[in-house]
Formats: sequence, structure tokens, C-alpha cells
Amino acid sequence: MNNETMTYEYSVVRQFAIMTVVLGIVGMLIGVFIASQMAFPALNFDTPWLSFGRLRPLHTNAVIFGFGGSALFATSYYVVQRTCHTRLFAPGLAQFTFWGWMLIIVLAVVTLPLGITSSKEYAELEWPIDILITIVWVAYAVVFFGTIAKRKVKHIYVANWFFGAFILTVAMLHVVNSAAIPVTLTKSYSAYAGVQDAMVQWWYGHNAVGFFLTAGFLGIMYYFIPKQANRPVYSYRLSVVHFWALSFTYIWAGPHHLHYTALPDWTQSLGMVFSLILLAPSWGGMINGIMTLSGAWEKLRTDPILKFLIVSVSFYGMSTFEGPMMAIKTVNALSHYTDWTVGHVHSGALGWVAMISIGAMYYLIPKLFDTEIYSKKLMETHFWIATIGIVLYITSMWISGIMQGLMWRAINADGTLTYSFVESVQAMHPFYVVRATGGALFLTGMLIMAYNLARTIAQGKAATDAVVPAAATAH
Amino acid sequence: MSDFTSEFWSWFIIAIAGGGIIWLTWILASNTKTTGEEGVPTGHVWDETLEELNNPLPRWWSIMFYITIFFSIGYLIMYPGMGSFKGLLGWTEVGQYEQEVADADAEFGPLFEKFEKTPIPALAKDPDAIVAGERLFASYCAVCHGSDARGAPGFPNLRDSDWLYGGSPEQIQTTIMHGRQAAMPSWEAALGGEQGVAEVASYVMSLSGRKVDETLAAAGKTKFDMFCVACHMEGGKGNQALGAPNLSDNVWLYGGSERTIRETIAKGRNGKMPAHGEFLGSAKVHVLAAYVYSLSQK
Repeated sequence: MNNETMTYEYSVVRQFAIMTVVLGIVGMLIGVFIASQMAFPALNFDTPWLSFGRLRPLHTNAVIFGFGGSALFATSYYVVQRTCHTRLFAPGLAQFTFWGWMLIIVLAVVTLPLGITSSKEYAELEWPIDILITIVWVAYAVVFFGTIAKRKVKHIYVANWFFGAFILTVAMLHVVNSAAIPVTLTKSYSAYAGVQDAMVQWWYGHNAVGFFLTAGFLGIMYYFIPKQANRPVYSYRLSVVHFWALSFTYIWAGPHHLHYTALPDWTQSLGMVFSLILLAPSWGGMINGIMTLSGAWEKLRTDPILKFLIVSVSFYGMSTFEGPMMAIKTVNALSHYTDWTVGHVHSGALGWVAMISIGAMYYLIPKLFDTEIYSKKLMETHFWIATIGIVLYITSMWISGIMQGLMWRAINADGTLTYSFVESVQAMHPFYVVRATGGALFLTGMLIMAYNLARTIAQGKAATDAVVPAAATAH
Repeated sequence: MSDFTSEFWSWFIIAIAGGGIIWLTWILASNTKTTGEEGVPTGHVWDETLEELNNPLPRWWSIMFYITIFFSIGYLIMYPGMGSFKGLLGWTEVGQYEQEVADADAEFGPLFEKFEKTPIPALAKDPDAIVAGERLFASYCAVCHGSDARGAPGFPNLRDSDWLYGGSPEQIQTTIMHGRQAAMPSWEAALGGEQGVAEVASYVMSLSGRKVDETLAAAGKTKFDMFCVACHMEGGKGNQALGAPNLSDNVWLYGGSERTIRETIAKGRNGKMPAHGEFLGSAKVHVLAAYVYSLSQK
């Protein structure tokens, strides 16, 4: 084959990259809307399909699978080609994954507001859509691992380990947790019952966090931070240890979602200790991300993309410290069912997942359209608005959550509860307003990004795909 | 009952959990021993510029990793976790719950026992009991009856002196203890459809002195005296033994508009007050009864 004329397959990367921004805005808009409903319940307008219960799963599906999923598809397709020094395997199949994934998102947007749901958190879509997800996911695996198989370099780059682990594990989680007995086209019952169902659900749920939102995004981190900083990855040895430790340990952590429930004691204990053990493997990724910058710290002052990337890794470190702490039973007894959990999730979701995706898109989109970013200043503005938004969101939920937990357990001298439930709800109101404001700021940042990238694309050229380097330059 | 259907599964859990911890320790230890040189690349290059250094694992990080591993081993020795091994402390979730309930009973039980010994009318004048009752009410009753106990459509107002099942201390206590299940059947078919419902509704409205169509009400009275009288009694005065509301006092549980009255007659109502005796215990129910009783004594 003549490598001189072979180019990377960028069209599917472009499609997913653009949809990352679009679906990010859609998902976060719904998020801001339902956050406002929490503060002002009248905003449900007495309309069933606008009610919190139906829009909340749409928000989570749109941001996790729409926004996060598109970012993962775009970056993994880009990274796997560039680090394997070869064109994407089966580009037609890659196109199928794009249109299939978009169809899934559209079906989510239609079915969830109609109240069609399997009622499993982060796996609400009904069985026909689940089957479609499986088919698209298998196609994704074929494209990704096919590209790995035909790589022109001996060693597989660390980012691809994480993408690979993410693709394989999510396939397993999705198939096992979504197993169900269909009743009609829009209704099915889980294949599991009672506490087994709860355990399977949170085995899935926590590893949706562990592999979809962590391993996959660590793959992004391992490519875009060293690239943007133009520095070597800090420690290969550390990446080996933390990759294997993280992949093994995450799978065990699910039971910490079910502390003090009908789940057997031994299962809860194992969930707790493996969640604690998970602290170091998680931090391994943070260290490798941040220390890669050592010797180039001054770049942080001037490079907004690096700011997004490094701040995201910092939030990753913070939430992967918070997570193991919250998995300790005595802490969980206070934090469970409160807004603290919501704050924790969003320090990961906004701070880590969204910030690293945004950084990656600012890096990627100008390259995909063979141009420079339209405005560096707007990137800078976006960074600060987003960061302030996250801080408002997380701190308000910390205060609200801990207050809630303390109010629920406060008792009087006669043993009666000091506060009725509704009093705790009332006390949360101001924090809900702050949270919605933080979310609105983050969304504003996304709109600035959309404008900046639209102008970037308008000045770029879509038709140029970079040339795959000749074999001689590949090591 | 054991969580395991056979000892095999217990050993299976022990093997993969214990083996996993050993494996994690091995992967950490085998990579800590050899301290690579700082800042030396591995020699691999990807995508023109991507390289890796082979720095040793940060010491503080390895120590942190070991600490979590040792803590976990200790925890799994002390607490249940390794299959059916119960842990040296013999701790269980149910045991902890029972202990906490026993502690609370020991601490607060005497106070409520003292309350329980006082008859309700006297207890209703004891400020300590009323404060406790008000707090219990906020936790267990306010969701339906409202924080101010003035009720909501379908949930009786407890501050007026109108009672469905009676307002004596004993009756209130029975209501809280055992709950109540109202059963107003659907009358649409028996009354011969919409017309019959409209007639009875007119008569019912006339009972509380409202202006109605005389002919309609007269026809309604005939039907009322045939069907409704069995529970609601002559002239709709109601029957507390059955919880059948007084229809002549202009207090309406589900609303007194003509439309709502027709709906009640046509479709029926099934109000439900849940029983609280089993989970609150007789002493707390006694205090709650005193609080509710005190509301209608003002």
C-alpha cells in the first residue's frame, strides 16, 4: 500500500465532534431547566412530559450518552488512528456507529418524555433501543479493535488501553444489566428480581461511571494532555499499575450505592473496601496527567486548552477522593439520599468529564478543519465562566446535602425528630437557586464555545484529512 | 438464612476477593521494587510527538495504596465480607439497627411511658407532651393533614370540631392506632345514570341549606331515602360508627361544589387513614392522640 496517499479518516470524527457540542448544549439546557424546577416547582407547568421525573432521565441520557458518548467516539476514533499510524478500520461501519448512535439519542428524546422507561437509572431506555445500542456498540468495537489490529507501530499507546477497556466493559455492563423480558414494544420487566436486581443495576450504574465516564475519559486525557503540553507522559510504569488496578477494582465498587439496604452485609463490605482501594489507582491517572506538565507549568498561564485539561484532571482527583470517602459506611449514612451525592456526581460530570471533553474539542475541531481557533479570548472567557459555574454548583450541593443529612438525623431531647421532611426541603431552596445559577453559567460557556467553534469551522476546510505518516517515521 | 446456597459460593467469593487483593498488592510491589531513572523516555514514539518517561511510582502514592490495602484486609477480618465468614466483631446491619432502637428506647422510653400513664384529656394540657406530639405530628401526619393540621381535599381538617369517626379521646386514639378505611361505593349505575346522580346531588346540597332546583331535589330525596340513608342516616346526619360523613353541616371532605358532589356520588370515594400502632407503638400513639385532641379543644 502506498502510504504517501493514505489519509486519516476524519469525517466520522468531525461528525461526532460537532454533535458533542450540540448534545452538550441540549443535555445541559435540560439540566438547567430541571434544576430550576427543583427551586421553583411551578416550572413543570402541570404538563406530564415537562415534569422532573421524565426530564431527569432525559438530562442524564443526553449528557452521558449524547454529549459524553459523542466526545468518546470522536476522540477514540481520532486517537486510535493517529497512535496506530493507520487509517480507521472499516470507515463505513464507523459511519454506521454515528448514525446509529444519533438514532438512539433521538429515540431517547422521544420515549423518555412520553414516560416510556425501564426505570433503571442510566439505563432507562426500553428493550428495542437497548438492542440497537448493543448492535452499534459491537460495530464500534469492530472499528476500534480492527484499527488496533492493523496498527503500524508495535506498542499500543496507553490512551488506547483505556479506550479498549471502556468499550469492552461497557458492552458487558449494558448487556447484563439490560437483560429483560419484553411484554410489549415499549414495556419490559428486568430479568432480575429484588435485591439481585438492585445489585446488578448498581454494578452497572457505578461502572457506567467507572468505565464510560472514567476509563474512556482517561483515554482522552492520555492523548490530549501530552499533545497539547508537548511533553512526554510522566510515567509509563504508573500507567501500567493504575490501568490494571483501576480496571480490576472499579468492578467491585457498585455495592456502595446500596449501603444499609437489603443487600447482604458481606456484599456491602466488599463494595466499601474496594471503593477505598480505588483511591490510589484513580489518583494514578491524575498524577500522570498533572505531572506530564512538569517543566512546562508556564504554559498554563497562556494556553486555555491546557487550562481546561489540567483543571479537569484536578476535579478528577478531587471527586475520586470524595468518592471513596462517601463509600465508607459511616460517611454514607450521612451523605446517602442527600444533595451531597448530586454535588459529587457533578464535580465528576462537569469538572472532569465536561471540562476534558471541552478541552479536547478545542484542540480537535480546528485540526479537523485544518485551521486555527477563531478566538482564543472567547476560549479563555468560556474557561472562567465554566469554572465559576462548577464551583457554585458543587459548593451549593455540598452545603445543601450535608445540611439535609444533619437535619434528617437531628433529634430533640424527647427523641422526636427536630425537623419534619418538608422543613429540610424548605431549607434547601436557596441552594437550589445557586445550583441552577451555576448550571446556567456552565451552559452559557457551552454556548460561547458553540459560537467560537462555528466561526472556526466556517473559516476552515472540511475536505482535508491529514496524511498518515510513512512507515519510516513510525516507531 | 445464609446468603449462600452452598459453601462453594462462599469460597468462590473468598477466592476472588482475596485473590484480587493479593494480585493488586503484587502488581504494586513488583513495580515499586525497581526504581527507574528519573526522566528517561521508554523510547516509544507515537503520532510524531507522543513519548513516555519511565519515572518510578511516586513514593507517597505507593504508601497510600498500601495503606488502603492493609486497611481493607483489617476490615475484612473484623467485619463480614469474606463469603460466609462473619468477621471477628460479629457486626451485622440488623444488629446495629436493633441496638440503636434499643438505645433510643432506653433513653426516651421512660418519658413516653410517663405520658402513656396520663389520661388523654389531662395529657392534652401537658406542654411537654404537646410539644412532643406536635413534632411527631410533623413527621408522621403532616404529609396528608398539613403542617397546620387543617387538612387538604380528601384529608380531614383536625382543627374543627367535625369528626368522621368521632372526636372523643378514645376514638381519636383508635383511629391513629388501627387506621380507618372509608368505603363510599360508586352509585352511578344504581341511581340510573347521570340524571339520578344529579337528583341526589341536588338533595344533598339542599341538606346544608343551599338553593337548589326543588323538583330535582324532591326526586333526589326519594332515591336518598332508598340508598344513602343506610349509612348517612335520616336527613344526612351521618354515622360516626361507619365514618359516614354528616352531609348537612357544609363541611366537605372532597369539596362541596356541585361538580365534586356529583363526582363523589357517581364514582365513590375510598379514603384511607393508615394504621400507625405497629410502627409507632402505643405510647407515641397516645401522645399523638392527645395532641390531635388538644387541637379541637381550643
